[in-house]
Amino acid sequence: MSRRPFVRPVSRTHWYFKHPRYLRYMSREVTCVFIGAFALLLLCAVERLSEGQAAYESFLAAITGPWSTLGLSVVWIFAVHNAISWFNVTPKALPVQIGEGFLPGRFIVAAHYAAWILISLAVLFFAGVL
Amino acid sequence: MNERMIHLEVLRYDPQVDGEPHFQRYEVPCKEEWVVLDALNAIKESIDPTLNYRWSCHMAVCGSCGMMINGEPRLSCHAFLRDFEGVIRVEPLANFPIERDLVTVADDFIDKLKRVKPYLIPGENKPIADGEYRQTPAQLMKYRHFSMCINCMLCYAACPQYALQPLFLGPAAITLAHRYNLDSRDGGREERQQVIATNEGVWECSFVGACSEVCPKAVDPAGALQQVKVASTLDWFREHLLPGAAK
Ligand code: SF4
Ligand code: FES
Repeated sequence: MSRRPFVRPVSRTHWYFKHPRYLRYMSREVTCVFIGAFALLLLCAVERLSEGQAAYESFLAAITGPWSTLGLSVVWIFAVHNAISWFNVTPKALPVQIGEGFLPGRFIVAAHYAAWILISLAVLFFAGVL
Repeated sequence: MNERMIHLEVLRYDPQVDGEPHFQRYEVPCKEEWVVLDALNAIKESIDPTLNYRWSCHMAVCGSCGMMINGEPRLSCHAFLRDFEGVIRVEPLANFPIERDLVTVADDFIDKLKRVKPYLIPGENKPIADGEYRQTPAQLMKYRHFSMCINCMLCYAACPQYALQPLFLGPAAITLAHRYNLDSRDGGREERQQVIATNEGVWECSFVGACSEVCPKAVDPAGALQQVKVASTLDWFREHLLPGAAK
């Protein structure tokens, strides 16, 4: 008997529409575009800062306004989505074994949220907001 | 006992006749407590003896009855008919070539499994007279859930990275390597790292997490792979930033 295994074609561009869990994954991956864009904006800010106060202030003026607020809000939403989706899976990567059992994952997730809040408060403190 | 008519759409492929697979519809009277595998057995016994599929234990232990059921990789002996409504679509496990009907070619997985050396490689060779290699319950718990794998390949069928890059070692093979690496009686980690800490090994994984969602044995392959990434990254730092440090 001759064998003739059939290989089913796989779409390289539409595969993530095949299952909601793939879409959920892509929604996490796509956040990197927005976070990358924000990182570039930060780099520009540093560059303008190095050029002196006037340059920096004109940069700040250029990114103030309703459209910038809207854009930055979108970036913020994606950044939060990125953080939450990663925090929620950290127990898988960093299990903590205590004796014969494991620390429940929610404590590991909670520790990440706590660190997030503390670091954010520290940043706001040093920025003079608090 | 309650009986009801179940409609199944089964992907058929006869390599001698068919150019490509096609669906065939069956109507089969099924009992309330039956699983999809029972329905297939009923078809084979009384409707169409030419239908091909694999199974053995009928109790989610042997790992041979994996199929796509309504698009989801499932053990057909563990998929109760009462949980489905309407026509049930049964296809061979995704991401594997179809040999015939619901039977897939598993060679690629078997080969990958062999490559990760999924067995104990003792670090020190104790003479038999010195007795057994002992292990505490805590040392056992470290890897126990990873040792529950039944090699059913559902995780490969769910993994989009394996679908796009068939060279990827894949979830179960890397998880088994990790299982032995975590075993206090084992000394083979370095040999396995050559195979799994590579681009076609764990670094092909982008943590979609689908494998853990479909695993019928709660093995959590996605967790194992992330832990392998963490450990391999630490290896790299040790090697490059702490010259002379013991591995
Ligand atoms: S890890 Fe789970 S899904 Fe994958 S082969 Fe093992 S038992 Fe099956
Ligand atoms: S028949 Fe053995 S796992 Fe389903």
